[in-house]
Amino acid sequence: MKLKVSTLTSLLAGAFFASSLAAETELTVYTAVEAEDLARYAETFNKTNPDIKINWVRDSTGIITAKLLAERDNPQADVVWGLAATSLLLLKAEGMLEAYAPAGVEKLDAKFVDGDNPPAWVGMDAWVAAVCYNTVEAEKAGLTPPTSWQDLTDPMYAGHLIMPNPNSSGTGFLDVSSWLQIFGEEGGWEFMDGLHNNIARYTHSGSKPCKLAAAGEIPIGISFAFRGAKSKAAGAPLDIIVPSEGVGWDMEATAIVAGTANLEAAQKLVDFTVTLGANEMYNTGYAVVAYPGVAKPVEHFPAGLLEAMIDNDFEFAANNRASILKEWQSRYDGKSDPK
Amino acid sequence: MTETTTDLTTLPPGPAIKGKLSRDDIVMRGGMIVIALYLVVTLALPLYVMLSKSFSTYRFELSQYEMQVSDQDGVFDGTVLNPADLNAAVGAFDSADLSTGSDGRLPVSKLFPDFNFRSPVMYQIRNAQPGGRFLVGSTLHDEDTWLELDSNSFRRVQLRPMKFTGLDNFSNYFSTPALFNSIKNSLFIAVISTVITATLAFWFAYALNRSCMRFKGAFRLIAMAPILVPSLLPGIALVYLFGNQGMLKELLFGASIYGPIGIIIGSVFFTFPHAFLIISTALAISDARLYEAAVSLRASPWRTFWTVTIPSARYGLISAGFVVFNLVITDFGLPKVIGGQFNMLAVDIYKQVIGQQNFEMGAVVSVVLIVPAIFAFALDRYVQSKQVATLSSRSVPFQPSPDAKMDRIFLIYSSLVGVFIIGILAVCQFAALIKFWPYDLSLSLNNYQFDRMDGGGWASYYNSIKLGLLTAVIGTSVIFFGAYLVEKSNGFRVGRSLFQMIAMLPMAIPGMVLGLAYIFFFNNPANPLNWIYGTMAILVISAVTHFYTVSHLTAVTALKQMDREFESVSSSLKQPTLKLFSRVTVPVCLPAVLDISIYLFVNAMTTVSAVVFLYSPKTSLASIAVLNMDDAGDIAPAAAMGMMIFYTNAAARILHLIASKGILRRTQAWRAR
Repeated sequence: MKLKVSTLTSLLAGAFFASSLAAETELTVYTAVEAEDLARYAETFNKTNPDIKINWVRDSTGIITAKLLAERDNPQADVVWGLAATSLLLLKAEGMLEAYAPAGVEKLDAKFVDGDNPPAWVGMDAWVAAVCYNTVEAEKAGLTPPTSWQDLTDPMYAGHLIMPNPNSSGTGFLDVSSWLQIFGEEGGWEFMDGLHNNIARYTHSGSKPCKLAAAGEIPIGISFAFRGAKSKAAGAPLDIIVPSEGVGWDMEATAIVAGTANLEAAQKLVDFTVTLGANEMYNTGYAVVAYPGVAKPVEHFPAGLLEAMIDNDFEFAANNRASILKEWQSRYDGKSDPK
Repeated sequence: MTETTTDLTTLPPGPAIKGKLSRDDIVMRGGMIVIALYLVVTLALPLYVMLSKSFSTYRFELSQYEMQVSDQDGVFDGTVLNPADLNAAVGAFDSADLSTGSDGRLPVSKLFPDFNFRSPVMYQIRNAQPGGRFLVGSTLHDEDTWLELDSNSFRRVQLRPMKFTGLDNFSNYFSTPALFNSIKNSLFIAVISTVITATLAFWFAYALNRSCMRFKGAFRLIAMAPILVPSLLPGIALVYLFGNQGMLKELLFGASIYGPIGIIIGSVFFTFPHAFLIISTALAISDARLYEAAVSLRASPWRTFWTVTIPSARYGLISAGFVVFNLVITDFGLPKVIGGQFNMLAVDIYKQVIGQQNFEMGAVVSVVLIVPAIFAFALDRYVQSKQVATLSSRSVPFQPSPDAKMDRIFLIYSSLVGVFIIGILAVCQFAALIKFWPYDLSLSLNNYQFDRMDGGGWASYYNSIKLGLLTAVIGTSVIFFGAYLVEKSNGFRVGRSLFQMIAMLPMAIPGMVLGLAYIFFFNNPANPLNWIYGTMAILVISAVTHFYTVSHLTAVTALKQMDREFESVSSSLKQPTLKLFSRVTVPVCLPAVLDISIYLFVNAMTTVSAVVFLYSPKTSLASIAVLNMDDAGDIAPAAAMGMMIFYTNAAARILHLIASKGILRRTQAWRAR
């Protein structure tokens, strides 16, 4: 009997503490991660941190960035988990991020961590540019597969090429900024002049060029590798080409919003985001993650992609974004004459 | 006689008689003020905020900063340099370089022609005035203390702009060819589409009203079909028909469908029913006596056509022209899907706002887009006010007489138009059922697994139905009640005519512009209505406001048919007006009420432009899903969702037809003798 009572009290006490702990902290987390992944992310986090509840605010990268910037003077978010690093750099430039070195950050690939010490943000996973090449349509048009970016300026490809418009697509912008880094300022624009002559049209979104290539609407689409692998898995006659000069990339990253009232909980969350477990979690959606050696190969993913990722200067990309886009627009958007 | 008139005119004016406001009048005026207030909050204020946003500019204010440069040994001599003076001397940046957007950055090292990031020279920089901001790398500095940097770090110093008010955005706009070319493009497309649509619709309406061809009922139904789908759906069909893998690609002889050709064909499709309805109404009424006179004067049919038919239908033609022009120039979905590199104004707004988060420039393009839209609208109102009745009580309605040859020609013509309309829809349905065009042509329902695509999945479809129903119910109540108050209340002339004016305004405001204005207005944390941002409520409000005018006009027309004596009788019987409204007015006007609600439902289901800036992940919509799936390259699922909207709207129409027949039989029995 005594035993029973004590178990009951301890059970009750346990339940009481559990519930009081569970309700202890709530974090408002802004994210651009796909909606279907969010529940899984929160669940995995709560396995180790049951006392912190995540309230997601999700939208596309552009909208979440605009929302955060609009709330600059009165931030609503505690943590940003899963937003493009280039966007986080914009927030950093507004002084909106709380620098913090999460426990175990040194285990991450240095490419994925902000250069400052302590870092303002830490990376999660990357999406990498690649060329989607429809073998069936290319053969019909008598094309040979390109091996480098420079190859794509060959007049042979005129009208057979589609890429995203950097003014509306993050993927498009990472392409342009990578070319400017690979070929230098002058060489980069020269390369794009040549490329522009071959481009059939620019799309609004970054995944569309690859899907159009998959559907045979165009033989070659400049897009990102993961999209190509997915389309190939769906049965499209695609080759995913990694140009020899190297490829641009951007990453999803995490940061604490300066002035948060729940700093301790926010730090716990960011600690979690750099763990092995978290990186394994990212790997189901992304082929390249920040924790070295975690990524399992994804079917149809091109070989040698990791090595081809350029040493991306995110600061260059963020600080020159406005002027690059302006230059791009005046060179290529204004020329868009009807065919 | 003359004496009495003089007497009357010389009489002193009596005291002005002012009627005492009854409780009823107060209720009615109160209601009118509430609805007018609704329109002000949901239309006038957001537009005002947007306009002021277009004047908010960002400039680098060089005089806000101070700098010092050391000698080769890193020793400063204390000379303080002003970047503005440096720039004046060096000429590194001209005025256009200094005007920028909210995200602008200015590399300050360019002010020093002999700058070298490897040199041992040291630099100091500070904000001379509060509010100044600069970056080292991406770290923000807004304090006013001196910051000492070596050359390599100084290379990374970027100035941040200050906010001002001015016309810079507009001068930027007009000095960027990529942007202002869109004005020309938009006008070009709108004019061409208007001419083609009006011509096609005219002959179609002519065939239906002035010939004795067969299957008129079926053609009438087919002609109305495009109204049931989002404007971007024809774009998707055209990709399947004339894209690089298109079924009929050869018909274009190598020209690309992505561009003006595609936009024009699609525009003709989605504006056809609007033009047809207006022209058909104009052609339905005509005086047979004029034709008899023409025959007796031995005028040729050709001459009769130009001197009798066209003049009597000219107001309908003009009105149809303006409506089509406005629809095309403000449409956003179609050029986005099939426009390729051909920039148009409405797409520019989207690119600026969603692509670049350059809200100021988005506001500028919106202001530019409003100009032709308002102009066309005002011109149309002006022309309509000139219209006089052509049909008098002595007129004899025209009855077409059979003419085997002409009837056959008209039947062939109408069939061609019908094939075009049905063909576009059939292609979309076909595309939706194909597994993987063009490599795997087996049929499957894979493309209906919306939950596996971008765009919100099936939830967005149910959201759309919810939006349609809410818009229909709330919109019809508000709009019909508002029209009743304006039409039937006494006195208060200024207020009433002001209300009429505000009620006409939504027609002239493109949906995208309204949506953008809502972002500025409702997404402001200081706005007490901020909480509706991102909810279903803001979508309903934007839809009701966007489609207010046509519904209001329908209601007013129906109400005008009711004699004001009803009100007099009810007040002499000491019945409150609201009781009269619910017991008599609404039942009598039920046909119009039903028409308004189906109009609102269908438009809320298909609109993209009014909601594209306002939906949130929780309130994604079917029409937006079509757009986003196409954007992501999932074209077949986009077609599938587009056809779901079509079937839903068609079902709603059929329900509406059955319901109105049933209700009309019960409530409108008095109309029959």
